[in-house]
Amino acid sequence: MTYGFFKSARMMAIVERDMRKFLRSPALMLAAMVFPLVQLIVLGNAFGGKIHDARLGLVDHDGGPQAVRVLESLRSVESNARTFETIVYTDERLMIEDVRRGHLTAGLVVPPQFSRAVYEHSRPRIGLVIDNTDNFLTSSFEQVLTEMVQTLNQPDFQPRVVQQAELKVVELYPYIEYMKYLLPGSITLAMFVSVMIGGGIVYIDDKARGVHEGYLVTPITKMELVAGLNVAGALKAMGAGVVLTVIGSLLAGVGETFRPANLLLMLLMIVLTSFAFVTMMFFIMVRVNDPLVPRAVFGILNTLLYFPSGAIYPVQAFPKWLQWIAWVDPFTYSVHGFKAVLLKGVGLAAIWPDVAYLCLFALTMFIFSTLLFKRTL
Amino acid sequence: MATPNAIEVANIVKRYGNFTAVDGVSFNVAEGEIFGLLGPNGAGKSTLIRMLTTLLEITEGTALIDGYDVRKDPDKARLRIGVIPQAMTSDGDLTVWENLSIYSKLYGIATAERERSIDELLELVDLGQWRHAPAKNLSGGMRRRLEIARGLVHRPNIFFLDEPTTGLDPVSRVAVWEMITSIKQKRNLTVLITTHYMDEADRLCDRIAIVDHGKLVALDTPRALKNSIPGSTVIEAQFLHAPAGWEQSLGQLNGVTSVQPEAAGMYRILTHDGSQTTTGLVESARRSGVVLKSLTVQSTTLDDVFVHYTGRQLRDQTVDAPLYQPPAMYQ
Repeated sequence: MTYGFFKSARMMAIVERDMRKFLRSPALMLAAMVFPLVQLIVLGNAFGGKIHDARLGLVDHDGGPQAVRVLESLRSVESNARTFETIVYTDERLMIEDVRRGHLTAGLVVPPQFSRAVYEHSRPRIGLVIDNTDNFLTSSFEQVLTEMVQTLNQPDFQPRVVQQAELKVVELYPYIEYMKYLLPGSITLAMFVSVMIGGGIVYIDDKARGVHEGYLVTPITKMELVAGLNVAGALKAMGAGVVLTVIGSLLAGVGETFRPANLLLMLLMIVLTSFAFVTMMFFIMVRVNDPLVPRAVFGILNTLLYFPSGAIYPVQAFPKWLQWIAWVDPFTYSVHGFKAVLLKGVGLAAIWPDVAYLCLFALTMFIFSTLLFKRTL
Repeated sequence: MATPNAIEVANIVKRYGNFTAVDGVSFNVAEGEIFGLLGPNGAGKSTLIRMLTTLLEITEGTALIDGYDVRKDPDKARLRIGVIPQAMTSDGDLTVWENLSIYSKLYGIATAERERSIDELLELVDLGQWRHAPAKNLSGGMRRRLEIARGLVHRPNIFFLDEPTTGLDPVSRVAVWEMITSIKQKRNLTVLITTHYMDEADRLCDRIAIVDHGKLVALDTPRALKNSIPGSTVIEAQFLHAPAGWEQSLGQLNGVTSVQPEAAGMYRILTHDGSQTTTGLVESARRSGVVLKSLTVQSTTLDDVFVHYTGRQLRDQTVDAPLYQPPAMYQ
C-alpha cells in the first residue's frame, strides 16, 4: 500500500527481514527474557520478607516481676513470629561487644529498679543497643520491639472510656507480596533488554556489517527504513513483554492478569511501551557506528531508566533531581500502567495518562530519529 | 553514431574537512561497456563508486546515471543501478530465496513478477538448487554469486561492483569473471568495476581508469595503457661480478628504453624489442666476463602500467577522514 511517499511494502520488507533473522536465531532474545525473570524470582523472594531468626541479647539488671514480663514477651515473639531468638547475658559490656562484632543484631538492657519504676509510674525505660549499619534491620527491630513495649504498657484492665485515638487502616487491595510488586518492573525490563539487543546491538552490528549499505542503494525512503527497523524492534519487544507477563504472573501468582479486560489493557501497555522504548533506543543509536557503543551504554541506560522508574522503590522516596528523571522516563509510565492493571485491576480511566505519555513519547522519538537518520553513509 | 553514455562524471570532488578523497575526476562510460577503476589502497576508488551509487554525498561536480543526476534524482538513479558492495552483506540466516525476495520487495516488484524474476536470476547465477539453503552455508564464491543476483533483482541497466572477487580463491574468481561477462551480455548491462587484481581488469574491462591520490592519472583500453608506458617487454636479469658502468652498457642494447637497477645485481630492463635485446644482453655478458645468473622475459602487463602510473605497488597509508568503514571485528 502506498501513502504518498510512504510505501508500506518496502517498510514491511525491512520488518520481514528482521523478524526472519530473529526467528532463526532467538537465543539472544531468550537470554534477554531470562535476565528479568531471574531478577523477579531472586529479588521477589529475597526482598519483602519479614526478618526472622535474628539474635537479640538481653541483660537483666532488675530481676523483678516487670523484667520477667519483658522476658516473657520476648519469648512470645521468639516462639510465634520467630523474629529473633533471645540470648540472656549477665555482662552488659560483653553483650554490647557482641553487637559490635555482629554476633548479635541488637541487645536489650533492662536497667536496675525497672520494676519499681513501672509501679511508681516514673518513666520506666528499657535500653536497646542496635547495629544501625543496616537501616532495614534496624527499623524492623525497632518496629517489633516498639509494638512489644506498647503491649506491655497496656493496662491490665481497660478503662470504660478509651481516651486514646487509634488509627484504623483500611487496605483497598489484598496484601501485595514483593514479587507481585516487582512484576510490572520485570515486564518492563524484559522489553527494555529486548529493545537494547534487538533495536540497539543488532541494529549497530548490521550497520557495521554493511547490511544498511545494501538498503541505502535501493529507493527506500528514510521514513520507510526507520519505520521498518522500529516496527521490527517493537515486535520483538512485544514478544518479550507477553512472555514475561504470562510467566511472571504465574510465578508471582497474579491472577488479575488473565481476566479478558486486563489482558487487553496489558496488551495495550505492552504495545505502547515497546514502541516508546524502541524509538528511544533508535534515537540514541541513530548516529552511532561503533558496535561497542550499545554494549557500553547498556548498563548506564538500565541504571538511569529502570531504577528511578518506581519499579523497585517508590518514586516519592527519591530526591528531587531523581524525580525529574522519573518524570521524563518512559519506564515510569510503563511501570505505573502495568501496576495499575496487574495489582489494582483498574481500567483505562486510571492509566490513560500513561497511555498518552507513551504515545507522545514514541511519536516524538520517531520524528526526531527520522530527522537525524542519514540516508548516506 | 556514437554510443550514448550510461555514466557521465564531470569534475567530481569529495572532501572530508581538509582532506580531499576524490579530486576533480571526470570520465564517461558508454552503454554496454565494462569500465574498470584501478588504484592503490586509499586512492579514492571506493569513495568514487559510493558517490555514483548515492551512498555518499558529492561535494562538487556532477554525476549522471542513465541521464539522471545522482544529486537531484537519486531515486531514479537508484532504480537504474545494481550495486555489489565490497563486504558480503547478504543475510547468512536467511535462505538464498529469502535474500532475493526481500530485496525485490525493497524495489517494489510485484509478487508475480518477483517469483519469476528470482527463479530466472537463480538460474543465471547457477544457484537454483541452493534456493532454500541458508546463505551462511554457501561457499565464498557462491555467496558472491548470490550478491550479484541480489543486485540484479530489479533489472538495472548499470551494474557497480566494488572489488567483487576480493577474498575468493582462484577458481571462484574465474567463475565470478565468467558470470559477470555472461550476465553483461545477456542483460546488456553497463558495468563499472573496482579491483585490485590487474589480471581481472585486463581480462574483463573494455577500458580502465587508474586513480591515485583521488585523481585520474590514466584512462584507456588495457592495450593502449600497456603501449603507453616505455617498452613493451620487461626483462629481469641478475648478474654476478658486473663491472662499473654495466647499467650504461645495458642501456645501449638494441630497443632498450629504460634500465632500473634493483637489489643483489638484479636489473629491470624495458625494451621495445624483446628478442633483440635478450640476444644482445647474453652476448654482452659473455664478452665482458659477467655471469648471467637468471633471466626472465615477459610482455608488459597491467602491473607494469599500474607501477608506472602510481609509482609503487604497495602503499601503506592512513587517512584521517570520517569515511564509514566496517570495524575491524567485521573485516
